[in-house]
Amino acid sequence: MATAQTQMQTKWWSGGKSPFNVEYGKLMMWYFLMSDAFTFGAFLISYGTIRFSQNYWPDPNQVFNAFPLAGHANLPLAFVSLMTFILIVSSVTMVLAVHAGHKNDKQGVIKWMIWTVIGGIAFLSCQAWEWAHLITGEHAVLINGELTNIGTTVTKNPWGPAADLASHEGHHVGTPGPVAFGGYFFGITGFHGFHVLSGVVINIVMLIMAINGTFERKGHYWMIEKAGLYWHFVDLVWVFVFLCFYLI
Amino acid sequence: MEHTNNSEITFHHEAGGDEFIKKVIKTTILLSVITIIELGLGLAMYAFPMAETFKLFLKGVIVILSLAKAFYIVGIFMHLGDELKNLIMTICVPLVLFVWFIAAFLMDGNSWKNLRNSRGKSIVPVEQTAPAAQPASAEKH
Repeated sequence: MATAQTQMQTKWWSGGKSPFNVEYGKLMMWYFLMSDAFTFGAFLISYGTIRFSQNYWPDPNQVFNAFPLAGHANLPLAFVSLMTFILIVSSVTMVLAVHAGHKNDKQGVIKWMIWTVIGGIAFLSCQAWEWAHLITGEHAVLINGELTNIGTTVTKNPWGPAADLASHEGHHVGTPGPVAFGGYFFGITGFHGFHVLSGVVINIVMLIMAINGTFERKGHYWMIEKAGLYWHFVDLVWVFVFLCFYLI
Repeated sequence: MEHTNNSEITFHHEAGGDEFIKKVIKTTILLSVITIIELGLGLAMYAFPMAETFKLFLKGVIVILSLAKAFYIVGIFMHLGDELKNLIMTICVPLVLFVWFIAAFLMDGNSWKNLRNSRGKSIVPVEQTAPAAQPASAEKH
């Protein structure tokens, strides 16, 4: 994998060489990302544990079937696919920004960082719509014998098993579902969204620094590379959040 | 190239600019195709009637496809594949802990469900158990 640096004669630990032949900041960013990976992993695995411990869990294709401006159309997986592609594309533009940095191409860095920031803001907007749609949505469920309209929040879950047909004139009516659903969905997508937001802020700062010529003066674009690692991590976490909540 | 002021780092990333761009395009297409396959399988599970065990098998396939995506994002976009082997190992070896982590906790969750369900079917009232037992109002099956 690595090139001529792995020749037998190189004494990596006898001084004058940076450990693993990388810049300190990049190495530390990798280890921060490791710790963040375990944090997200712990949240997702605890979600899996609670979900496995429940007899009934909402079907994601019923909960997440809306699309902006499509009214009540039944479109499972459509909106989340859009969000996934937005994040993948913004990851690609970030790769191109880092690559431009390697070539000391200031205009290239600026162009690709602008696209990456736009992608991040687009993703956050989509997530905000998804949250608003879930929280303000009204679904009739049978609670204590009464038909009540509730949305999906951290304390209420309208996506439960169907009530006995006899209890409401033969219409299909739901009962409340496991309350943990909202807590986990909003908690984990919120934590991820917070990372996206901080990533967008960092990317904007990188963009401004690039425009001002800070990296030109330093002679290298290493900071863009580190910001790039963080941004790819955010995309990677989304792959697994999307997997756990929407696909499986 | 860019390491103008640090002689302690002699590693240079992709020397050929355009070969790298081709690699990025190939990887992007690969990630998109994998995502489309995952979405296709997900929609198929929704649209067509399937046995539960077959659905479980498809979910396993989707998980493996996601791991493949992770491999490409980390290895190529994040350049981990270009780093020294020992650095790669300090990242990948601890992540093997996830295998135990996931298996152990999902088995735990499953066990809780089974315990709760079997307890609900027994007739023993909670008050008659040992004094350290939780109050009866907390137990609803």
